[in-house]
Amino acid sequence: MSAVATSPSYSQPDSDNFLVNSRGFLSWALTLDHKRIGLMYLVGVMSAFGLAGILALVLRAELMTPTKMFLSNQQYNQVFTLHGAIMVFLFIIPSVPAALGNFLVPIMLGAKDVAFPRLNLCSFYLWVVGAIFFLTAMLATGLDTGWTFYTPYSTTTQGPVVAATLGVFVLGFSSIFTGLNFIVTINTMRPPGMSWFKMPLFLWATYATSIIQVLATPVLGITVLLLAAERVLHIGIFDPAYNGDPVTYQHFFWFYSHPAVYIMILPGMGIISELMSVHSHKSIFGYRFIAYSSIAIALFGFLVWGHHMFTAGMANVTTIIFSALTFSVSIPSAIKVFNWLATMYQGTVKLNTVMLYALSFIFLFTIGGLTGLWLGALSTDRMLHDTYFVVAHFHYVMVGGTLVGFLGGIFHWWPKMTGKMFNETWGKISCLIVFVGFNLTFLPQFVMGSRGMPRRYARYVEDFQELHQMSSVGAFVLGIGLFIALGVLLHSLFRGRKAPPNPWGGATLEWQCASPPPYYNFKTPPRVNEPYDYTPLHFRGDDKGWEYVHPTESDAPRVDEVESKPATN
Amino acid sequence: MLASNFPALLADKNTTFFFPPRASTFAEETDAFFLYILWISLFFFALIVIAMVYFAIKFRARPGYQGDSRPLHNNALEITWTVIPTLIVIWIFARGVYGYIDMVTPPTDTIDINVTARKWDWSFQYPNGAIADTLHVPVDKNIRLLMRSEDVLHSFYVPAFRAKQDVVPGRVTTYWVRPILRGEYDLFCAEYCGDQHSEMIKRKGVVVHDQAGYEAWLAKAAQPPRNPVAHGYWLYSRLGCKSCHAVEPGKRVVGPSLAGTFGETLKTADGESVVFDENYVRESVLEPQRKAREGYQNASQMPSFQGKLKNEELDAIIAFLKALKDNPALIDAVKDGDLTEDEAKALGYWTEESDAGESDGGAAPAEDGAAAPDEPSDAASATESTPPDGSENGPTETATAN
Amino acid sequence: MSHDSAHDDAHGHGEHDHPPFLAHHFDDPEQQYDAGKFGMWMFLVTEVLFFSGMFCAYALYRSLHPEVWTFASQFLNENLGAFNTVVLLFSSLTMAWGVRCAQLNQRNGLVLCLTLTLACASIFLGVKAVEYTHKWDIGLLPAGSYVPQFIMANQHHEGISPWLIKLSIVPALCVVGFAGWYGWAVAQKRKQAAEIAGPLLITALAYFLGVGVGILFQNAEQAAHAKEKHGTEHVSHEATEEGSEHAEHAEQDSGSPGETGHGETSGELAEGETVGHGEVETVQLVSSPPLKPGATPLTKIDQPGGAGLFFSIYYCMTGVHALHILGGMVVLTWLLVRAVKGHFNEQYFGPVDYVGLYWHLVDLIWIYLFPLLYLIT
Repeated sequence: MSAVATSPSYSQPDSDNFLVNSRGFLSWALTLDHKRIGLMYLVGVMSAFGLAGILALVLRAELMTPTKMFLSNQQYNQVFTLHGAIMVFLFIIPSVPAALGNFLVPIMLGAKDVAFPRLNLCSFYLWVVGAIFFLTAMLATGLDTGWTFYTPYSTTTQGPVVAATLGVFVLGFSSIFTGLNFIVTINTMRPPGMSWFKMPLFLWATYATSIIQVLATPVLGITVLLLAAERVLHIGIFDPAYNGDPVTYQHFFWFYSHPAVYIMILPGMGIISELMSVHSHKSIFGYRFIAYSSIAIALFGFLVWGHHMFTAGMANVTTIIFSALTFSVSIPSAIKVFNWLATMYQGTVKLNTVMLYALSFIFLFTIGGLTGLWLGALSTDRMLHDTYFVVAHFHYVMVGGTLVGFLGGIFHWWPKMTGKMFNETWGKISCLIVFVGFNLTFLPQFVMGSRGMPRRYARYVEDFQELHQMSSVGAFVLGIGLFIALGVLLHSLFRGRKAPPNPWGGATLEWQCASPPPYYNFKTPPRVNEPYDYTPLHFRGDDKGWEYVHPTESDAPRVDEVESKPATN
Repeated sequence: MLASNFPALLADKNTTFFFPPRASTFAEETDAFFLYILWISLFFFALIVIAMVYFAIKFRARPGYQGDSRPLHNNALEITWTVIPTLIVIWIFARGVYGYIDMVTPPTDTIDINVTARKWDWSFQYPNGAIADTLHVPVDKNIRLLMRSEDVLHSFYVPAFRAKQDVVPGRVTTYWVRPILRGEYDLFCAEYCGDQHSEMIKRKGVVVHDQAGYEAWLAKAAQPPRNPVAHGYWLYSRLGCKSCHAVEPGKRVVGPSLAGTFGETLKTADGESVVFDENYVRESVLEPQRKAREGYQNASQMPSFQGKLKNEELDAIIAFLKALKDNPALIDAVKDGDLTEDEAKALGYWTEESDAGESDGGAAPAEDGAAAPDEPSDAASATESTPPDGSENGPTETATAN
Repeated sequence: MSHDSAHDDAHGHGEHDHPPFLAHHFDDPEQQYDAGKFGMWMFLVTEVLFFSGMFCAYALYRSLHPEVWTFASQFLNENLGAFNTVVLLFSSLTMAWGVRCAQLNQRNGLVLCLTLTLACASIFLGVKAVEYTHKWDIGLLPAGSYVPQFIMANQHHEGISPWLIKLSIVPALCVVGFAGWYGWAVAQKRKQAAEIAGPLLITALAYFLGVGVGILFQNAEQAAHAKEKHGTEHVSHEATEEGSEHAEHAEQDSGSPGETGHGETSGELAEGETVGHGEVETVQLVSSPPLKPGATPLTKIDQPGGAGLFFSIYYCMTGVHALHILGGMVVLTWLLVRAVKGHFNEQYFGPVDYVGLYWHLVDLIWIYLFPLLYLIT
């Protein structure tokens, strides 16, 4: 009896697992299963990342010398535009929420699916359509506006700006629908007993992210629509010749795109909260502070867009206000970092691949966060704005933060998603190479920036050549590291040991169903427990992993303590 | 610590590991502030990394060690690490505002220079009417730049001055600086502006002179060469033509090369034939899109110079283009980016000044500069509203510096 | 425990009370309804923010150029605006009534209410079509193509605008198609098909009702102008200068590179622009300004520069709103089909409710647009 109560799904036959329970192309293409959609997203965003990553290497190779190597100025501009646009719109924004979030949100809630499975599939196909628009733009004439589409350059340049903006529009709706789906799912489908403060922190982060997606992305939608209208019909809103103003475009654009930065980093932070706790085998330190700080970041994130425009000619008072607000957003991030560190205290820290990625995240994100202080401070920003300092800063946050967190999350949940364990040794090696390569790439860029190297330059002053070469070498090391990480994961698919349901000893609900989960995740709704209480977990050996033994055994299935069902409030 | 890795980069005495030369009054404050933030950041970074490594080793999973998995909370700790960072960022914010206010509040006694940014060049119009593609300023004087863009966003950035300001079409943005160190500094465009964005690098594009050197330069710069061909080249290199049109035959930068085409029959984008003659040049300068050449209709748009050129200036440009035809010597002389007096003399494109003051021996009397034409002393506001026109009704002076 | 198919598993825990309309992943209808309603509210928040971008642009440019707003808004016909407001308000009423019918399981009532709502939407679009085409005729276009010929004699179109005819082709085809379908369904005694085709036919016809009303109001307005027409010489003279200035301006524009983009997406407008050119040059001498009753004659001072910006924002806001109406009509049609098939009952009326919310929002946005655009004094 107790086996049933402790691990309701362990006895699932293999044929039930969501990867093989139905077969054929259409069973994937038309699936409504959140796990399959999540996996399709994963493949999609990783392909986009691979493409944009190769473009990044092309850029770094070109920058080995101050003069032309193999890209003309115009080609360089097109390549950096596509690198940025693909990374931002096709990779980072959908990476964690759409790929991992889709897979994890319902399982962590003990639910069968997200609230709107059809909408979920629709989001995925919107993403595909948006991606096609972008690829068309690339293969056609080449977009050279930068991913920010600043007017009036974007309204006058030749090139497929309209196709690209429509792509952004479509991708925006993909993102909105994903966020909407998660908000509704988390609000109405939490199982009995899971109060807001019993949710895993990854769900808090996803929730905060979704709020931003729903509130900010429509503004991007209307902005790119107006931009397209400006180009096609010359509506003049952003054109000084007709009483318009190009700086207005920047306000509109950054009203979305700054919160979008938090769409990118918040889910990464959510992942790290999970990883630090599970692999330290230690209840998370300051649960509520981490949860509230996610929401705080989401809300403050809406008020700071002006710091992208400190040199754009805003009124001085506005500039100062935006600077003050900008600093306010740094505090919740600091709180998170301190709490993650304190989580390790007195824990049992396993220095495995996943944990190494999590620690790399903290190291790199701290650098990314601290260098934000220079850019939020007005006088130093006037010196550093639009230089490589900014490039290095946001790569430390977006790549050192989000990408490393995303990789950590993939390694962490890989056994759950695929049912296979990966090779720990090579996993650690990949992490080490990524870490070294990343720092070698971007640390020199801080120095370049403070010495005055502007960004988006195809050619540069010879003084910067040594630093640029270090950076380029680092980029290739980083590329090798990422390639090894990919190899480790793919290798596990064919040669990996079969994963137990709970290989790491996680206490959140996704570890209570089989690996990979069956089609409907849980046959009976799982018992809700404290998400970071590891006392009921017992290690049963490498093959069986950890087992959750509920402290109070009872045959009455789900009469938990007090919480009434949130869905029917 | 990192410094030891790049000794070569420390060779220049004026530069430090992090910074270019400190050429303006902003530099000292900004650099000091930069380093303060650096120390604060390094402290917290070290704190975090040391704690992280220490915990990871001390509490690592190992045989015989069992950590405690029970939750820990400590509100005092949470409040501490909320309040201390808050206080620090408030200080950083305040100090940043302090430096910023200085950067955006020009003093009242400034030398005003009009700046026009266009794809992909700068042009500076000086109080005495001189136009140049480089910025020349006297040391220890307050300089104010009134900046306009003819096409897209640009950003005026001199690392040695530590400040930058976007140049926005439809607006006049201002930038002020007080240079304190003589020398030549790089000028960059820091806002992406298209194809040749990175060609807006101007090495040594900012020259800080002493007062006498500045006045001498200014006096000379206001005097274009007498010879029409040399004058034409002078205009070509100052009005931004050279950023899109090469002088080497057949070389395409953005627009077509100007060499060797004079007198030939060309196809326009509409498929018509047109002779590249005086009229065509004139028309193309004033209404560039009217008869765009075949194959160039998709190139970036050339701005119109309507109302910006006097007749004799147009004639000079025509003379220069005529001279370029089948003239490898001239092409050789100018393709390195300038036409020195000696080169011009050797080629016979030099007409001596009839009156004095031509020698560049540095003695240049201040009369030329001071005798600059129109100088209502309260021109500060007048300049604001002056359209970014060319030479005729160009810049005015607020020469109250002395 | 063996499962042949996923579907068995779907209902593995959902006991035997899983009604057909309840999706497998919800526990009970209540949870499903709540999720849907909450999702709809979220979507409406998205919509509000979507429009908020344009409202911000409106507020910004109106505060920067108030004179443009006061000047340009007098070319909007507030009677038509008011009529459309009433139509939309009435459609909100029928929509709310429809939700009530669905909740009370009144199938016929629901079908009737949906039909009325659709018809109102159609009338709204008909009126809008008249307004738009009238403005295109007299050159009140977005800033880049703004060639104000409101001072021209051709303001008094006696016939029907060619643009209006072009715009009406699709509704006309709909009328023919739905009439045919309806006739076929009646002949074949297919009751359900007839119940769907009938309302759709009414909807398509309602568009022409809207067009008729629009033209009526428009003509009434022009008649009022005609009475007030003074035709003072100096006015037309001044106005002519204005016109030619703008014509020049437009000519410069047509050389600009974005023009190539005109090609497919807005071929109609581009064409309109060139037609406009010709007219500027030929008819300007016989011009006389149509003024609102009580308005002062146009002078250069009266017509601020860059008035096209107002029309840019006008077209963006009302155009996006009209697209929302069109979208709403598609969803309403889907509801109509489901209602005819009897899908809705006391237990399951969520979709009607959600679409109702959406429709009220679209209505609400118009209620803001109307005073902000039409009623500027």
